[in-house]
Amino acid sequence: MAEVSLHKLNKKFDTTHVVKDVDLQIRDKEFMVFVGPSGCGKTTTLRMIAGLEAITTGEIRIDDRVVNEVPPMDRDIAMVFQNYALYPHMSVASNMAFGLKMRKFEKAEIEKRINNAASILGIESLLERKPRQLSGGQRQRVALGRAIVRDPKVFLFDEPLSNLDAKLRVQMRVELKKLHERLAVTSVYVTHDQVEAMTLGDRVVVMKDGLVQQVGEPLELYNTPANRFVAGFIGSPAMNFADVTLVENGGKPVADAPGLRIGLPGELATRARAKTGRKATLGIRPEDIHIATPADAPEYCFEAVVEVVEQLGSEILLDMRVGEALMVASVEPTLRVRAHDTLKLALKPERLHLFDAETEAAI
Amino acid sequence: MIEGALWRRWVFYNIPLILFVFVLLFPFYWMIVTTFRPDGELYLPWNAPNYMPFWTNNPTLEHILYLFEETNFARWMFNTMFIALVSTIISLFCGVLAGYALARLNFPYAGGLGTAIFITYLVPQTLLFIPLAEIIRNFQLGDTPWSLILTYPTFLIPFCTWLMMGYFKAIPKELEECARIDGASRWKAMVYIIIPVAVPGILSSGIIAFTLSWNEFIYALVFLSSPDQKTVPVGVTSELIRGDVFFWGPLMAGALLGSIPVAIVYSFFVEHYVSGLTGSVKG
Repeated sequence: MAEVSLHKLNKKFDTTHVVKDVDLQIRDKEFMVFVGPSGCGKTTTLRMIAGLEAITTGEIRIDDRVVNEVPPMDRDIAMVFQNYALYPHMSVASNMAFGLKMRKFEKAEIEKRINNAASILGIESLLERKPRQLSGGQRQRVALGRAIVRDPKVFLFDEPLSNLDAKLRVQMRVELKKLHERLAVTSVYVTHDQVEAMTLGDRVVVMKDGLVQQVGEPLELYNTPANRFVAGFIGSPAMNFADVTLVENGGKPVADAPGLRIGLPGELATRARAKTGRKATLGIRPEDIHIATPADAPEYCFEAVVEVVEQLGSEILLDMRVGEALMVASVEPTLRVRAHDTLKLALKPERLHLFDAETEAAI
Repeated sequence: MIEGALWRRWVFYNIPLILFVFVLLFPFYWMIVTTFRPDGELYLPWNAPNYMPFWTNNPTLEHILYLFEETNFARWMFNTMFIALVSTIISLFCGVLAGYALARLNFPYAGGLGTAIFITYLVPQTLLFIPLAEIIRNFQLGDTPWSLILTYPTFLIPFCTWLMMGYFKAIPKELEECARIDGASRWKAMVYIIIPVAVPGILSSGIIAFTLSWNEFIYALVFLSSPDQKTVPVGVTSELIRGDVFFWGPLMAGALLGSIPVAIVYSFFVEHYVSGLTGSVKG
């Protein structure tokens, strides 16, 4: 049982303000992922939860206890570092035992916990080895094992997969997910990789420049991004943006740009009407664009010139010029298309996003 | 390795290497030959008919026996060993703690303090011995081993501190952070994690500190006067050069025996030593 709550959390290094007024409730057993570009303050936030970084202002609670002044050793947390931070002079077993020895556990209990964790992670045969005799993936497992044996209230992960190669990373991601389901311990996970964030997180916090941009479940971030930054950060390939002007056309609101005139459906139209005549950013994900068919209403269709064709096997990515904007569309792999072709495309109206040009907030 | 024709390898690699090794090893060879050469051969003029400078057919132990029977050489060895060991231990203890503090504890002016410590190392001993002699006299430590045990750290501690500071900085700080999350206090994290990881660095600075104090000459010459208090470098040169007469046989025997402990220390720790200087910490 452990909830972590951050209240008006701030961190300043000399004059740079790296974490700004972060408010967050991490629920019991929840897997919370912090994601954002480098320098967004996510790691600093994690380190403040760990107690490795002093808090400038604000409050961190683990359960109901304010831990601002509690040293890391007394917070009952375990942390997995990006470079694993295995103690190089100790065997795998001693690495895992260290935290328990420091807490004066019985020898039998230590052994039991090590064997248990080792069998969960499949590293029983490595217990006598030294860290330098292990591969990257094995080191990662040992680092996880060292956290597991402690049976802490909260797990903290600081980009634990970024030192692994691409294939191993995908594999460890799945294992982390399974592990969390099995252990059901509140976890805070920091990454700059939005795919990790989407696949691992029960909820995801998107940060930028020290500010929380949006907190929500992965699909919530994907479907209803709060602002242009979140929209562009979540999803791969990234969402397409086009600078448009909101105008009325025959009583209906339309997003208008040179070479692109898209009608706005339903509720979006209602919200856009209030901003008629203003600049805005139109957003549409590559997977929501398809080759136009007669069934598509003409107001959601547009013409594009293909510049590059990227064959991925399972899909084709088309890099296109639409008026003045550059867009990417993900289309069926069976489509025969070449660079410089002009295509008629349509988009799914219910998947359109509009962002205010000034505040960048979703309209 | 140089690639290409055989002559290139010889001209650019083998011959320079052989010359280099020869220049380095020849003094040792000369020392050994002279040690075992009888006096009769040593003082032969160069144009004598049987003059053989690089070899002897009549090896003798007389110079070594002379050292132990006619001088206090055994006593000098003991003095040197004792002084070098104690001052190395003192300097390592202080250097490790100070190096750790400068590398890891974020206190104000840590950088400036580190530089200041380094600058004290740069003050030449040939100047420093004058005020130090005054201090030694005031504390009435003259002509005792303590006059050296307490003055050697004045240059050994800055040296060890500087070396250890660099070594500690190369150890990922996550190791320590992880230990502190695992339940260790700062002190325990240092004792159980950081110091064991830094052993190669500690050994390196220990070896260098030991060698520096073993070979030290000026302080030993100034602060020690009675024959049975002297160290090997001072004892050998002051007792075996009388006026302008050089007792080459015992001199070289003393130099040879005096360099053996240092050679043993080096060869014993050479693996750790190299990894310590190159600062390799493998996670």
